[in-house]
Amino acid sequence: MILINYFARYREQLGIEGEKIALDGSLKTIDDVRKRLGARGAIWREVLGETSLMCALNQELCTPAAPIEDFDEIAFFPQVTGG
Amino acid sequence: MAVQVQTELFDLGELTHGLHAEDPGIGAVATFVGYVRDRNQGDKVNHLYLEHYPGMTERSLQLIVDQAHERWPLQRVTLVHRVGLLKVGEPIVFVGVASEHRHAAFDACAFLMDYLKTRAPFWKREHTPSGERWVEGRESDRRAANRWDA
Repeated sequence: MILINYFARYREQLGIEGEKIALDGSLKTIDDVRKRLGARGAIWREVLGETSLMCALNQELCTPAAPIEDFDEIAFFPQVTGG
Repeated sequence: MAVQVQTELFDLGELTHGLHAEDPGIGAVATFVGYVRDRNQGDKVNHLYLEHYPGMTERSLQLIVDQAHERWPLQRVTLVHRVGLLKVGEPIVFVGVASEHRHAAFDACAFLMDYLKTRAPFWKREHTPSGERWVEGRESDRRAANRWDA
């Protein structure tokens, strides 16, 4: 199982804060997860397909190419706007 | 306290004093404070709501502070960021840097803000008279952060 968190505009547009999904052999990177989730429908494809999408692996920024393992915590969110 | 995320207001005098108190080797303190403005992109702003990623927020801020220490000879760094409901005129963020000489303090302060704005998981939601909206990331902020990679 991996934990997926969604923040800010993504959380609102997707209507979900977080979820757990089972890791199978075809989910090796964050990008694999993104594509799998995109198959859920247009809004998922649109939001997670944004070129400005940011992601994190175990609470550190990473690229979609980052490899994932069981029990990882990943997150998808729009560009950060603090400060 | 190098890094702090909180809902409460902070005391600028106290934070600034804490940067050099009891260390006579410190000759320079540079600070930056970001405030909630009453306008953005031509619209009036009533207040802001700051969302963040608890856990990752603190980790990413500490990582940015660690990077500043690697780049400049700094005695102390203090970084405080507020979350939750913020009213117009209230402070959002405090960055303070103490060093022997001014250049390290000035540069590190700018670096910390540039990195914070593009790498720490905070999101601003503006409440305007015509409704609420998420603030979108700015290309100018990304360019400002990229200049430190050169």
